[in-house]
Amino acid sequence: MSGDHNSMTTLAPSSVLRSPRPRNVIPGFNITMGFSLLYISFLFLIPVGGLLLFTMTQSWEQFWRAISHPQVVASYKLSFGASLIGATINLVFGLLVSWVLVRYQFPFKRFVDALIDLPFALPTAVAGIALVTLYASTGWVGQYFDVYGIRIAYTQIGVVIALTYIGLPFVVRTVQPVLEDLESELEEASAALGANRLTTIRRVILPALMPALLTGYALAFARALGEYGSVVFISGNLPYLTEITPLLIVAKAEQYDYHGAAAIGTVMLLAAFVMLLVINGLQWWSTRRFSH
Amino acid sequence: MTELHTSAQATPVQLDRAAQWQRATEEPQWVRRTLIGIALAFLAAFLILPLLVVLVGAFEQGLGVWYAAVTEPDARAAIRLTLLVVVIVVPINVIFGVTVAWAVAKFEFRGKPLLISLIDMPFAISPVVVGLIFVILFGSQGWLGNWLSAHDLRIIFAVPGIVIVIAFGTMPFIARELIPLMQQQGKQEEEASLTLGASGLKTFWYVTLPNIKWGLIYGIILCNARAMGEFGAVAIVSGRIRGETNTMPLHIEVLYNEYMFTAAFAVSSILTGLALVTIAIKSTVEWWEQRTGATE
Repeated sequence: MSGDHNSMTTLAPSSVLRSPRPRNVIPGFNITMGFSLLYISFLFLIPVGGLLLFTMTQSWEQFWRAISHPQVVASYKLSFGASLIGATINLVFGLLVSWVLVRYQFPFKRFVDALIDLPFALPTAVAGIALVTLYASTGWVGQYFDVYGIRIAYTQIGVVIALTYIGLPFVVRTVQPVLEDLESELEEASAALGANRLTTIRRVILPALMPALLTGYALAFARALGEYGSVVFISGNLPYLTEITPLLIVAKAEQYDYHGAAAIGTVMLLAAFVMLLVINGLQWWSTRRFSH
Repeated sequence: MTELHTSAQATPVQLDRAAQWQRATEEPQWVRRTLIGIALAFLAAFLILPLLVVLVGAFEQGLGVWYAAVTEPDARAAIRLTLLVVVIVVPINVIFGVTVAWAVAKFEFRGKPLLISLIDMPFAISPVVVGLIFVILFGSQGWLGNWLSAHDLRIIFAVPGIVIVIAFGTMPFIARELIPLMQQQGKQEEEASLTLGASGLKTFWYVTLPNIKWGLIYGIILCNARAMGEFGAVAIVSGRIRGETNTMPLHIEVLYNEYMFTAAFAVSSILTGLALVTIAIKSTVEWWEQRTGATE
């Protein structure tokens, strides 16, 4: 075989180069695959299996009592509802921010673009104490709402704010690349056919962005469901009012109520698996949609 | 796009058409300005303000107070423990990330999508559940609790537990950076190197590694930042023993709950600086890739 490998592949028909069953000359499959599976098994599969098994050691009644206690049900409602609101805020503003970043020019654009990732990189505990300090009734932002009698910190609004904060990058970072790759010919064709700008956005651009928007939405929602650090400071953790589900797991674990904690943890684990399936389904749908 | 149509010699009719075309393919100036304004206001409120609150809170009483807060013994112990955890966790996850990316990108096998989903899983699982999983495995009331205490081994409420949950939580970061990168690069260069007689390790070192260098660097930086900042999972397994099992985020929580706000923000400012460095490196790496990609 010639050393000038690239020119060979471009010049010769591929059927000449490739034998019917291509033999892979690259070594190391067994060792890399073996180590990867070992690592995933010991760090992830066996421990998660351990949690599920541990949950099953209790009776069905015990399990049901733990996951259907009114205080726990109140926390599901808050976690689910606040995550949904936070993800929806991020859907709207994430679309707007990615649109502005891709299509328009303004000063410090690179800086603004880089800053979007801050909620990924900033530790959640730091975000938590920063948000509660901002939105407390004496804080920089909270004081202006306090004048009108609106309290943000230690209420459900505070939980929504924290969950919006940590989900902020997801919609932007999934929509942005799709918007960048969107062919301007499509918009020009739509314009040439007589559509005004609003119609083009509604009928051409938004449908093309839909899979990315939904994926980002689902990612932000899934992340918000399990979030702990940034919420516990601003929520104030009032029973039945501002307790999120992860907080109850921590509380039960700290009281050595492992069975109760495991039962709620199993519910959260199932919710995470469902969200992962939804996200994978969305990605499968979007690649299928755009592969032809 | 519009400059094409509004050249100096354009007749009034052409100008009119150009204006029409612009209306149909772009938003008017005032719409652009309003949208940019709303987007920047949203980002300022949600991203800049929390950043400023940390920095002002950390430094408003002067550098001396800041320095005292980050060098008092408990803070130093927390910083030392956090660094120790990072020194253990990041190299392990580098090895995992590189090996799993090699297997996924260079070979075809059944169940590959399943493997990729498995790598993503720690993203989806709540950090609190991660902590709980290991408490149930290794805690005193857990599966292995009796065996561990009989052999005088401590994992929960000790450093090993913290290392394990952080390794779990940061498992995907490097792999997620490398897999798409290596898939995109294919295996032709490695095949060329191998058929020319280089060994597998030599090929990896001289052919693959230079190609994935930037992705790997960013993956390491991100893994490092997330390892230092991990909170929910560590909160369950550490037991918050002062000077012993408090990482920096837990130390921040303790300080905050004791109303020592300046000290809490001072320790936070270190992690905030790290976060800013992380996103700066990410931004630089992307800019570099775009530039080199454009000149090729």
